[in-house]
Amino acid sequence: MNRSEACHKAWQNDTPMLAKHIRKHALMMTNRGNTAHIGSILSMTDIIAVLYGAVMRFDAAKPDWIGRDRFILSKGHAAAGVYAALAECGFFSTDILKSHCQSNSPLCGHLTHKPLPGIEHSTGSLGHGLSVACGRAYSLKKSGSDSRVFVVMGDGECDEGAIWEAALFAAHHQLDNLVVIIDRNHLQSMTTTENTVKLEPFADKWRAFGWAVDQLDGHDHTALNTRLTTLPFRSNQPNCLIANTVKGCGVGFMENQVLWHYRSPQGSEFIAACHALEHGDNSA
Amino acid sequence: MRNAFIETLITLAEKNPRLMLITADLGFRIFDDFIERFPEQFLNVGVAEQNMIGVGTGLAQEGWTVFAYSIGNFSTLRCLEQIRNDAAYHNVNLTVVASGGGMAYGTLGMSHHATEDLAILRALPGITVTAPCDVLETVQLTQALADRPGVGYLRLERSSSLKSDQPVHLGQPRRLREGNDLTLMATGGIVSEVMAAAEMMVNHGIEARVLSIHTVKPLNPSEIHAAIIETGGIVTVEEHTVMGGLGSTVMECFVEQGMTPGFFMRLGLPDRAVDQVGDQAWLRTHYGLDAVAIVQRTRQLFATKKTQHCGIQ
Repeated sequence: MNRSEACHKAWQNDTPMLAKHIRKHALMMTNRGNTAHIGSILSMTDIIAVLYGAVMRFDAAKPDWIGRDRFILSKGHAAAGVYAALAECGFFSTDILKSHCQSNSPLCGHLTHKPLPGIEHSTGSLGHGLSVACGRAYSLKKSGSDSRVFVVMGDGECDEGAIWEAALFAAHHQLDNLVVIIDRNHLQSMTTTENTVKLEPFADKWRAFGWAVDQLDGHDHTALNTRLTTLPFRSNQPNCLIANTVKGCGVGFMENQVLWHYRSPQGSEFIAACHALEHGDNSA
Repeated sequence: MRNAFIETLITLAEKNPRLMLITADLGFRIFDDFIERFPEQFLNVGVAEQNMIGVGTGLAQEGWTVFAYSIGNFSTLRCLEQIRNDAAYHNVNLTVVASGGGMAYGTLGMSHHATEDLAILRALPGITVTAPCDVLETVQLTQALADRPGVGYLRLERSSSLKSDQPVHLGQPRRLREGNDLTLMATGGIVSEVMAAAEMMVNHGIEARVLSIHTVKPLNPSEIHAAIIETGGIVTVEEHTVMGGLGSTVMECFVEQGMTPGFFMRLGLPDRAVDQVGDQAWLRTHYGLDAVAIVQRTRQLFATKKTQHCGIQ
């Protein structure tokens, strides 16, 4: 795929560097916008970096190119991470990121397709993305396209019943062009997923619904890249990749803390977080 | 009306191979012809309305013209947020179809009465809200909704005895009966009661104009304004709560113009659940919405208000 090679040239598959840029952007964006969800963004950043830096086919100059892979962020509150990835991949200027969540900005706190290019679907209310992705994948498969549909979903989001309606549908229609990556950080809005309504045995649930399931470290770029470049996991089954992650990954004092689902990095905390990202100091 | 809908869909599917009919597991037998002729354009997602609208949105984003079907509140209220966030916000060509509008399911009870749908869907941004009263309106509105981008709502009832050759235009009230003493306005299947009521009023010396307001949103207000200028009073009739439905819509049309009708009354369901057991005809009678009740309630108002407002115009 010449086009996909072209689109990844900017990063030459250096997805750890792309991830570092996304993290720094996201930190700046949540600071300037005084907004929440930095923990959720940092949690999925490596997944996003591998998807946009190495796995997905797209053309930033032609965002509607019919042969592109489709990406849907179902956990729409982590929008800043996607805006940052799109900017770094050339869909729009990184300057726009500075306006995140400020009045009259094109970037709002939950992912919106208006008015910027490259965003397939707006989300924000949990449990919507997978059904839409199913419709996309069903249509693409029916038309003989080799485009894939990638969805990044939260683990807490799987409390939503609509996820399981879609899970049944995808398996029934053998949508092996559909790839769901679950950001399994074990935390949701109040406490851990297992102390809220337990998800485990999580992989077994997806298997029982007819999906091909794999699990890995969601911060291991090599593992993510390898696993996501050999699709489908099994023919005629939708793909579910449970990516075990750490909420707030990359900033030690944010890691595994529900607080950073809500808190905006300001003042000394912002400086400490910047330092942690720049120097890999997780103990700040 | 359901048959007219499906026959129209077959005609549309013949011309458009990217038209998809989705159902959340309802429509036993009525879709047989469609399925036989267009098996690749039919999708039963199972009893899963949220997924139906999500999948429908995804299909529409890939270029399909989508009709998403279920009965009563299942295709509307059950998946309201999917209609709002997924279909409407992305302005996809998707029509939500609800069969059994109002109290068409009769004795099946409260769960199956679609009696708030017009108000609720009307509030969603950009949605075209329709409720045909007869076969011709069903055919024309189905076609119009397929042809235009954006989300539509088509509220169907099971049958209608009405026959009128008056042309149907989306957004434009359809004048089914001429008259200059007052105007009866209704939407959906209950227009048949209103037409019967108008005929009965002749015996009482009242010539009522009748408008079928098959498109509740968007609504061209000129016929509403004309009704006030030419006939004085307005009575709206809907098989729907009076909160926010047709009557409210009509009121908005004249109040914002600074117009005051000689009299105005909304006939519809009261602000409480429809918890009585009966078939549709019985329920209409019970709630004062059958032809006899419409005549009676209108005459009372007509007599008092005409006296009060005498000379105003």
